[in-house]
Amino acid sequence: MTEPLLSIRGVETFYGNIMALKGIDLNVNEGEIVTLIGANGSGKSTLMMTIFGNPRASKGAITFDGRDITQMPSHEIARLHIAQSPEGRRIFPHMTVLENLQMGATVADPTHFDEDVKRVCTLFPLLEQRMRQRGGTLSGGEQQMLAIARALMSRPRLLLLDEPSLGLAPMLAQQIFRTIRELNVRDRLTVFLVEQNAFHALKLAHRGYVIVNGEITLSGTGHELLARPEVRAAYLDGGRREAHGA
Amino acid sequence: MSNEAARSSRTLPLLPALKDATLSALVACGLFFFMIGLRTEQGSTGALEITTRFETFAMLVALVFAGSFLRTLVFGRGPIPLGRAIPPSLARQVASASRFAAPALLIFALLVPVLFYQNRYLLDLGILVLTYVMLGWGLNIVVGLAGLLDLGYVAFYAVGAYSYALLATHFHLSFWICLPLAGILAAFWGVLLGFPVLRLRGDYLAIVTLAFGEIIRLVLLNWQSFTGGPNGISSIPRPSFFGLPFADAEGSFSWTFGLEYSPTHRVVFLFYLILALALLTNWVTIRLRRLPIGRAWEAMREDEIACRSLGINTTTTKLTAFAIGAMFGGFAGSFFATRQGFISPESFTFGESALVLAIVVLGGMGSQLGVAVAALVMLGGFELFREFQLYRMLVFGFAMVLIMIWRPRGLVSTREPSLYLGERKT
Repeated sequence: MTEPLLSIRGVETFYGNIMALKGIDLNVNEGEIVTLIGANGSGKSTLMMTIFGNPRASKGAITFDGRDITQMPSHEIARLHIAQSPEGRRIFPHMTVLENLQMGATVADPTHFDEDVKRVCTLFPLLEQRMRQRGGTLSGGEQQMLAIARALMSRPRLLLLDEPSLGLAPMLAQQIFRTIRELNVRDRLTVFLVEQNAFHALKLAHRGYVIVNGEITLSGTGHELLARPEVRAAYLDGGRREAHGA
Repeated sequence: MSNEAARSSRTLPLLPALKDATLSALVACGLFFFMIGLRTEQGSTGALEITTRFETFAMLVALVFAGSFLRTLVFGRGPIPLGRAIPPSLARQVASASRFAAPALLIFALLVPVLFYQNRYLLDLGILVLTYVMLGWGLNIVVGLAGLLDLGYVAFYAVGAYSYALLATHFHLSFWICLPLAGILAAFWGVLLGFPVLRLRGDYLAIVTLAFGEIIRLVLLNWQSFTGGPNGISSIPRPSFFGLPFADAEGSFSWTFGLEYSPTHRVVFLFYLILALALLTNWVTIRLRRLPIGRAWEAMREDEIACRSLGINTTTTKLTAFAIGAMFGGFAGSFFATRQGFISPESFTFGESALVLAIVVLGGMGSQLGVAVAALVMLGGFELFREFQLYRMLVFGFAMVLIMIWRPRGLVSTREPSLYLGERKT
């Protein structure tokens, strides 16, 4: 079996005294879409941020493409062509859309900048009309597209997406999921997707993990997980049948 | 139009206005009671006696009450919509005219020594304004572009001034050698300040930089053997025209060029010198904004975490911002020293930092033109009201409050993008 592109082994992360991740084991293979689903406060975003070394894992190891990145500074991790569309989008509000994209291309070869701008514009045609507008004046959905487009500008080998469907209309969310699949199929982009929208995420992903209180409780292919009664109860029907899931 | 109708049909906001006015009056009470209401005077025996001035105090509080009441009554609580009061056609004309503001200001600045050759006072004022324009542009790199609130900028101004003064008096180095050295030294101190504050932002950063400015001043004040302490350093060499001194003697500037000696020559030279230095600051800033480092500064101002995850090293980005901002402060300091011929720690108090920061904020953070206009308005305003010594600061404070109500983001608040698709520039 080939080495996974991203491998997380026994990672523990603390916020002060609070243990947010309690020994996570997780693999992302080249060319896969892997999703991590979980409730609020289960440690999804923490894991995402820990991969980028902010906060740093206090135990365990994270390797990317065979290199140990556990203790690497965030900006050097980005230079390995891991890109992130972070929680809360974090676009640059006073800079134009084009400048935001330019910032995304910080670690990329500047010679293919124009080509990459065209590429993300075909993926998100809405952005093309907004090129000279300030990032902060975009709507929530457009900002989400910009955050993903910015991440793609670095021509990443691994794309980390933190709740790309958050706060979006169902139509827009589906469009974003379609785009992710397209990128995966066409460009063989490896995607690690953190989502609360379990149904769509699991349908899209090759494999999935379920995180509860900082621990991985279930894993399997997307379809397997979708069929699991625990998953259905906690994340899919749970909202309707029980007052509180998980 | 429908807006207008809605406003007239609505009842006047009497209650909120009353509430705001009462609040403002209470604040005024607290402020003015000790400052205006009580007064100490030397009595007949020489001891201090407290006299009261409650009429003046009451009048001022009433004035504040009335002002606040009217403001809320007429404009409501939000920002004052001055934009709507100006007809759009006029606004468009102003906007198109403002495109020529920068070149017009530059041409005017170049012509000042020609137009006002006979007016020594105006030339000196021009030099002063340009010094602050340069300081404003320097600080603009740190505050406006990189978003690092620096309240101790005067420290670098002081480092530059003392570097030149000490190098020139002890080693007799020329101005043109001292200038880069002073810049390098100031940049070094900028990095030194940068290291401990790498993790700080906003208010906390402001406190540390404020303290840094005071530390530098206090060291200069107390290190008698090195800096001369409160006596400062005097007889600093005056600038020469590339080796030709300004004097009424053989081998001087006027003698070489066959001109009649006039002390104005030196003033004009100083004017063009500071103009060149300021323009250098401006040019470097404009260039840097289009380079990766300048873009990283601006992105860091907006979101530091996003920057890091995009592969920007925020440590070096911050340190370069401090260093380059400090370097220009150091250049300005050298110029100050050579112009004055005498420096002492008194010239580098917190007031200077505050003034430069006020210029940057008033001008609109990050805007080069705004900073230049603000420096002109602030220092020009100071001079204009020189005759009203007593009320100068009052008028000045009032003007600043008004500007901040009308243009809360500074005089020039639009940010010019640094990148266009296909170099389209409209």
